[in-house]
Amino acid sequence: MINVLLFADLQEAVGSEEVNVEAEGLSVSELRTKLKASYDLTNLDNAMTAVNEEYSDEDTMLKSGDTVAFIPPVSGG
Amino acid sequence: MDKKVWLTKEPIDPNDCIEKVVRNEAGAVNTFIGTVREFTKGKRTLFLEYQSYVPMAEKKLAQIADEIKTKWGNTDTAIAHRIGRLEITDIAVVIAVSTPHRADAFEASRYAIERIKEIVPIWKKEHWEDGTKWLGDQKENKSYAKNMPSEEDMDHD
Repeated sequence: MINVLLFADLQEAVGSEEVNVEAEGLSVSELRTKLKASYDLTNLDNAMTAVNEEYSDEDTMLKSGDTVAFIPPVSGG
Repeated sequence: MDKKVWLTKEPIDPNDCIEKVVRNEAGAVNTFIGTVREFTKGKRTLFLEYQSYVPMAEKKLAQIADEIKTKWGNTDTAIAHRIGRLEITDIAVVIAVSTPHRADAFEASRYAIERIKEIVPIWKKEHWEDGTKWLGDQKENKSYAKNMPSEEDMDHD
């Protein structure tokens, strides 16, 4: 299982901070496609991703136990 | 509190950051304090809500302190960012940078706040009289779709 973390408007769209997805062996990009098929996440493509707390590329391959966070454009400060 | 960068749900005392960077070699400590503004382009904010991916945000704040050390050499940096509900005039972020001479302290603290707005996973939700919105990309100069923020983004800001 892959732990998917959601924040800000993405979290509100899904109604949960975290979802578990069968995505072992998929790329970040393929996980993105899978999530969009399951949830109404129109803003997902604006989000960057972090795998295990580091920004990642779209072609990063996922393995069981990875945590993937979708990071909408940030607005701290 | 041994950490020099941290997130907190409690009000931030700027002195907590300053104390962490004061040292014998420093001739300057520059602080930046970000506060909650009531009016933005004529629209009244009632309060803000900040959310963060805390473990990653603390890593990214530490990375910014490291970048400052690489760029300006003899520096010490402390950064505290608040999360949760903040009222108008509350302190959202405090940055303190100490350096031997003042010019570097000014430049490095400016660098820190700009980098926070690029790479640190913290989000702000505006609560207005007529609705709410999670804000994104306040710099409005770049789409992050398919992109990772890079240090080069900072060079000409």
